[in-house]
Amino acid sequence: MEWLISLIIGVLTASGVYLTLRAHTFPVVMGLTLLAYAVNVFLFAMGRLTIGLPAVIDKTAESINYSDPLPQALVLTAIVIAFGMTAFLIVLALKARGELGNDHVDGLHLGKDELPIKKGQKPKTTGNSITKQTNDGSQMKQSNSVHSMQQEVK
Amino acid sequence: MSHLTAWPVFLPLIAGFILLLVQAGGLRLQRVISLVVVLGLVILSFTLLIEASTGSYQIYLLGNWIAPYGIVLVLDQLSALMVAITSLLALGALAYAVATDTDKKGSHFHVLFQLQLFGLNGAFLTGDVFNLFVFFEVLLLASYGLLLHGNGRMRTKAGLHYVVINLIGSTLFLFAVGALYGVLGTLNIADMAAKVAVAPAEDLGLIAAAGLLLLVVFGVKAAMFPLYLWMPSAYANTSAPVAALFAIMTKVGIYSIIRVHGTVFSSQAGELANYYTPWVLGLGLLTLFLAALGVMASRGLREQIAYLVLASVATLLIGVGLNSAEALSATLYYLIHSTLIAGAMFLLADVILKGRGAYEDRFESGKAMPNAILIGSVFMFGAIAMTGMPPLSGFFGKVLILSAALDHAWFAWIIGVVLVAGLLMILSMARTGSLLFYKILPEEVVSKSTITSTGQPLNRLAFVAVIGLFLASPILVLFAQPITAYTEATAKQQFNPSGYIEAVLSTPAITEPNK
Repeated sequence: MEWLISLIIGVLTASGVYLTLRAHTFPVVMGLTLLAYAVNVFLFAMGRLTIGLPAVIDKTAESINYSDPLPQALVLTAIVIAFGMTAFLIVLALKARGELGNDHVDGLHLGKDELPIKKGQKPKTTGNSITKQTNDGSQMKQSNSVHSMQQEVK
Repeated sequence: MSHLTAWPVFLPLIAGFILLLVQAGGLRLQRVISLVVVLGLVILSFTLLIEASTGSYQIYLLGNWIAPYGIVLVLDQLSALMVAITSLLALGALAYAVATDTDKKGSHFHVLFQLQLFGLNGAFLTGDVFNLFVFFEVLLLASYGLLLHGNGRMRTKAGLHYVVINLIGSTLFLFAVGALYGVLGTLNIADMAAKVAVAPAEDLGLIAAAGLLLLVVFGVKAAMFPLYLWMPSAYANTSAPVAALFAIMTKVGIYSIIRVHGTVFSSQAGELANYYTPWVLGLGLLTLFLAALGVMASRGLREQIAYLVLASVATLLIGVGLNSAEALSATLYYLIHSTLIAGAMFLLADVILKGRGAYEDRFESGKAMPNAILIGSVFMFGAIAMTGMPPLSGFFGKVLILSAALDHAWFAWIIGVVLVAGLLMILSMARTGSLLFYKILPEEVVSKSTITSTGQPLNRLAFVAVIGLFLASPILVLFAQPITAYTEATAKQQFNPSGYIEAVLSTPAITEPNK
């Protein structure tokens, strides 16, 4: 059982780290969720792996073995917190998608497979001129800063 | 066991709930409640400070479960000092927020503000690592809300980075906590310290790794190199009162290093004694150097102040890394100074930003702002305090830290980096001041310019809050003797972890709690 659990934690963590390093917010959210799963299993395993043992010590039982209840409580707390944080992050990613015009974590340019947003739907902040540009970083940065300046002047 | 110990945690929490319920009662009522609660926190925290200054430990057993089975709140001199700084800073930031109507820009500002204080005070008072994690999450979630409060494109972008890096930090925190629990079988800081000292040799590697992982997490919070990149843009793009309150957030990381690592891996910890200090010192030096470069390269005043905060954090890390009672005392003195003055500088940057109208806080010549002489004088005062020039408190803090470093093996590096970074910061602040206040555009250029928006007149009430926070610096100098006496006693208490361990583990439960 030990090698299976460690394999699961390892794969979950590796996938989580890989996805977290992606440039778009959605994979990042997925990556953070996988990392949260990995850490939950890890915490659970830290109470030692036991099968069929009670978490509460029974005075009348012959065996004095029990499974450690504390990591289970910790996992419960961690799950709730991770759940709330993920929900918040998704809402924030949507807000960023709306305000920055795309779901790149730096809000700089569109992905190749992503269509520019139509003028009518466009949120008030970004202009289409940036989003249609090629991948030339410097040019985009410039137009970006011009836009933010115009924004500030407004 | 006095119930007073728990009130800095519960008072803001209860206030947060009440503020949610009175949402219909209007902003005015919320402001009154919020201000009264923060004033109450100031009084409460100073009562606790006086109580703690006797050198005793106040242990509060939550649910009357004795340590290490239950969760404890521990009030000693260090936590009392941190709670007091937090409440003072919160008062200044909240007064400024109310005076400038920052809380009108979105709903629930006061609720989030109180929950932020709840998380901060909880993190400072808890004696349990997992509880520390929970309070970290509370203060982080409140800080996400506050950071994004109001609107703005740049704010959302910086907020996204901030949230993602802190979520990764939380995951690492859980990994570290899990590993420590798996090896030591406890999460109570005092109990962990006792167990590490007698840990078998084959477990030491795991404990050391988990401890360093924990250092990474606290490093993210404290914005330690190389984990500081989220910090300048997050602080520069949020609203001024929130940035001011966040001046204490990086100090939560410093506090956690002092509390958790300083207690668990103290010089009584056997083989692992102080194994983390070279990391803290080395990374502190690197952070300080890069922060000074950041101060020079900043494009706006708020970004520059964020880098100055980073420099102060780095100075604190160096102080912690020196690992002596003398250095810790100096570090705490500098911590009081840097937190309050950094908060005041963020508020002052907002005053300047509003006065310059469309030019905001960008480093380019604009037209003269209203009350330029008054604001300029205060700016010069703040810059002197922040960069650590005499006669203000930043100078004394740095002198104390450097004199504590005299015996250290890395002395030449420490003094070199601190002084060079100080010089770079003084140069750039001088440049900033002359750009903002002297190099103003003449009238005829301004009238032709396309940017016509004029600055707002000075908000006097808000300016009082700024001055109030700045007053901390002369007060720290004038009352340096009692304050350093307190920080010395604090450092001595912190460098005697057996006192802490004994106090936490030997506190009996109340036998008849219903009486």
